[in-house]
Amino acid sequence: MIDIFKGYKGKAVEILKKFNIRVWSDTKVKTTRGDFSGIILPRSENDDDKHIVLKLVTGYNVGINVGTITDMKEIGYKEAHYKIPEREFPFTEGQPKVKLFGTGGTIASRLDYRTGAVIPAFSPGELYGAVPELADICNLETEKLFAVFSENMGPEQYKTLAIAIGKEIEKGIDGIIIGHGTDTLHHTAAALSFMIQNSPVPIILVGSQRSSDRPSSDAALNLTHAATAAAKSDIAEIMVCMFGPTSDEYGLLHQGTRVRKMHSSYRSTFRTIGDVPIATVTRDKITPIKQNYNRRRNDKKVTILPYFEEKVAMLYYYPNMQPDMIYSLIDNGYKGIIIAGTGLGHVNKPLYPAIRKCKELGIPIYMTVQTLWGYVHMFVYDTGRDLMNYGIIPAENMLPEVAIVKLSWALGQTNDPEKVRELMLTPIANEITKREPYNGYLVYQGGIPEVEEFIKKVRK
Amino acid sequence: MGKEIKAEENYNITKKKVRYTPRKKTPLKTYKELGFMSGLEVHQQLNTKEKLFCRCPAGLYSDFEDYDAEIIRHMRPTLSEMGTYDGTALMEFRTKKNITYRIKNETTCTYDVDDTPPFPINREAVDYAVQIALQLKLNIVGELHITRKQYLDGSIPTGFQRTAIIGIEGEIPLKKKKIKIIQLSIEEDSCREVSDIGHERIYQTDRLGVPLIETVTYPEMKTPDEVLEAAQYIRFLNRSSGKVRVGIGAGREDVNVSITGGTRVEIKGVSHNKWIPELTHNEAFRQKALLIIKDELNKRVPDTKKWEPTFKNVDFDVSDIGYEPIKNAMNDGWKLVACNLPEFKGILSHFLQPGKTFADEIEGRLKVIACLEKPNYVHSEDMNPVFNELLLNQRSKLLNCKKNDAQIVFWALQEDVQTACETIEERCRMAFEGVPNETRKALKDGTTIFERVLPGADRMYPDTDSAPIPIEDEYIEKQRKELPVDLDKRLEQMKEWQVPEDCYHYILRNNLVLEIERINRDFKINPKYLATTFAHNLKYIEGQLVPDVPFPYTKVYDMFKFINEKNLFFDIVKSILPIIYLHSQMEFESVLNSLEFENYKKEAILKNVSSLQSMFPKISKSKNPKAAEKWIMGNLRPIALGNIPLQELNKFVRKSLAEEGAK
Repeated sequence: MIDIFKGYKGKAVEILKKFNIRVWSDTKVKTTRGDFSGIILPRSENDDDKHIVLKLVTGYNVGINVGTITDMKEIGYKEAHYKIPEREFPFTEGQPKVKLFGTGGTIASRLDYRTGAVIPAFSPGELYGAVPELADICNLETEKLFAVFSENMGPEQYKTLAIAIGKEIEKGIDGIIIGHGTDTLHHTAAALSFMIQNSPVPIILVGSQRSSDRPSSDAALNLTHAATAAAKSDIAEIMVCMFGPTSDEYGLLHQGTRVRKMHSSYRSTFRTIGDVPIATVTRDKITPIKQNYNRRRNDKKVTILPYFEEKVAMLYYYPNMQPDMIYSLIDNGYKGIIIAGTGLGHVNKPLYPAIRKCKELGIPIYMTVQTLWGYVHMFVYDTGRDLMNYGIIPAENMLPEVAIVKLSWALGQTNDPEKVRELMLTPIANEITKREPYNGYLVYQGGIPEVEEFIKKVRK
Repeated sequence: MGKEIKAEENYNITKKKVRYTPRKKTPLKTYKELGFMSGLEVHQQLNTKEKLFCRCPAGLYSDFEDYDAEIIRHMRPTLSEMGTYDGTALMEFRTKKNITYRIKNETTCTYDVDDTPPFPINREAVDYAVQIALQLKLNIVGELHITRKQYLDGSIPTGFQRTAIIGIEGEIPLKKKKIKIIQLSIEEDSCREVSDIGHERIYQTDRLGVPLIETVTYPEMKTPDEVLEAAQYIRFLNRSSGKVRVGIGAGREDVNVSITGGTRVEIKGVSHNKWIPELTHNEAFRQKALLIIKDELNKRVPDTKKWEPTFKNVDFDVSDIGYEPIKNAMNDGWKLVACNLPEFKGILSHFLQPGKTFADEIEGRLKVIACLEKPNYVHSEDMNPVFNELLLNQRSKLLNCKKNDAQIVFWALQEDVQTACETIEERCRMAFEGVPNETRKALKDGTTIFERVLPGADRMYPDTDSAPIPIEDEYIEKQRKELPVDLDKRLEQMKEWQVPEDCYHYILRNNLVLEIERINRDFKINPKYLATTFAHNLKYIEGQLVPDVPFPYTKVYDMFKFINEKNLFFDIVKSILPIIYLHSQMEFESVLNSLEFENYKKEAILKNVSSLQSMFPKISKSKNPKAAEKWIMGNLRPIALGNIPLQELNKFVRKSLAEEGAK
């Protein structure tokens, strides 16, 4: 049955039924506060049942309190179809072939009346309709693998993606783009960095911080940058491509294992941590910042390792943490633990017995740092030496989120602690680096004269 | 090329044809014949402490050159809720502007620059808006739905304005009729434009986000004066709430005008109500002129589908052209493009507004849409021709012109040439249709220029970042208690006080009824006297003097309080007012000192009369009976002022003189 009362419930549905009114009816409403007329719009499921939403002829929406309604009359019907105009993506001889995998997220999106928020929209035609510039950069193919928000991405999606990308590479694609919600973009980037090794082509993850239903959206520019990087760059790495500054100026290509979302809403939220970004990208140009990256190759060889153990957890240490936090992980059958410790990689004494217990049971614990920047150094203080004795393994300068993804990937392949250790501590995609460049750590603080001067001159 | 058209002569002939008359000489029946219709959108900032959707301070402005950072952005059109693109949005996308925002740290946060979603709506602003909506007797909505209204000109970094309807369907009384109100909405103010040159537009973000209400009337005003009256009424009503900002830019009007056969044209950003009559008058005649052009063109070209302009790159030697803009353009490597407009002879120099012709319409669009700075072209009907006959003939051969055609030559960067050609063709095609739907910018001289295509309901989109806000009955009742006296009651009150009608405007404009009431209540002073003190004396002073700081009207209350305490008489008010107006910080005692005031008892002053009276014959031989009276008053005035009513003193002097005469 077609739901003619989209989203309405309780009292609101009662009143619509009483006056025989359906959603999309052009309706005259009499209320104790005066008369209103307009088209009845669907209502978000999460909103209350006390109001009916009306689109006035001026285009504004208003809510009418059902308690004030004395009469309703349908005088017409006008259903809206929210659709990005589809235009066939043109093929240009000689341009690089790029595949765009859709996972959901705000790269392209449209209004969802069910929740009142935006939902992803995705097809080459829709994308071309929204960002026609793409056709000047590459011949684009798209495939929608899933339509989930980024917080719902998980092991199954990582594996499916890795396998699908492997197949495209074997078929001879010139570059891969993955459209992704931004919240867990860096988790997926890390997972793919371990699951897809030795790729001959660039693999670019891209999202947007302002959904594409806004005129000021960063989606179009991010997508254009990503297409340029995928089609034209010689950087055959798994990378995240997002805004460099908040201004519409250039994008940054971040190593998939060294990148992190650092602001809940800024456009330039993604930052490389513990290193510098690989390159900057504009519509026409890629400018490398680093030189030691994997170069693009002409072969179609790639190693796909789609393994993932789900029973791995992360503890974000806080003062006075109790050992039962770790015991409960043991009791629940967890096979590996990442700790984000304080300072150089520390936790308090009460946890020691629980940590020893993990060693006995062969549950590996790896130490990372809450400071995000810098290495774990467990020789500096006694605490660190004690912890290592009890079996905690320092994970160098691996980011906590990357460490949990890597441990899951390692445990997906073997349970042998020594083999896991070898996998964990052998760098695959710069998740551990030998050195930290002096200009990697730059936390600018507003208010300081030189920073204010910088911000004024540079469109940050 | 045909015979040279005499542009100025044609302008005057067509002006007569349109039967344009200056407004002051235009009888009311002319507007009726034109089918003049006008509606208003009145914008008024609310006097809240913070902005509408973030916690930045509201109402703090800085100099355009005083900023801490810059951000650059571009805008792209997006779909409306009903699944369509808006015309304005598409036009503005074509213009390809780099938009730079100048940011001052204290007035701009990450919300303003669209890097943070909105915070919950400022409830202080909603309270004020609901109170004003109640004054307008609107039907208050059950729920506020924040809607995004697209603006791709960059004036708002998000690309849309967050706005919500507070109430619909109300009315305001004018002298002779009632005008219906469509709606009142609450919205965030936009950026202030710093400059707009070529492809670079710069905005200052301090005003951005300040809460604003917009009151929209039905197009029921039938003469320019009625539009002014309605605008004044709404402005006074807003101000009478005591909850709105005043000062430059705090209140702005958009005026919609159409005539029979014409289209709704929106004149934007009218910052002074007094401009309204002239602007609406001229717009009515502009539309009439466009309708005459439409008829003429359709007569000349019966099948408009076959009408086709031609464009050619011109590459002729410009060394003998003394015209600087073209010389500079050629030096910079710009393209020079010639265009032939078939059957357009006499149209380019056709009268549209005082001092403006059809050519100005094209010029305006070239600037806004194709980003060509003025002067951006020359044409065959220029008032001051740039090309000589020889060059014209060369061009006309190139374009294969016929004698009834008109020609344009413009210069532009290669990348702007196509948009410019499209813009010229588009505007000329519109001439066959009549009056284009557009918004126009108000100029001081009462004329207007093209601003952008008129946006429609298609640019509205629900704000997915915010939930609806219920407006309960109890809340409305609470706001109702906050309401000031109705504006029509204020008018009645002034009538009752017998305030002269010429005072109404000043008193309402400055929301002074409350002040008069307060002074009257506390010091028992005649309200009619108070009204004229404000609307005659103070208004006169305002026109003459420039104070150090804006004059607070509450200072007048303080003055009467002081006069009351000191037991002074009101004659001294006229002397005190200019001083406190100039120096509102000055203490009243010091004001008196500066007037060299001293306290005298009435008897002490009156005692002087007889001695002065006997002194007069010694210094004057005047036979004029009034001379003695004048001289004595003049001598006593400095000590009498404030100490005794001058009228009373005068009566005493006259009586004394009369008594002497009787002897």
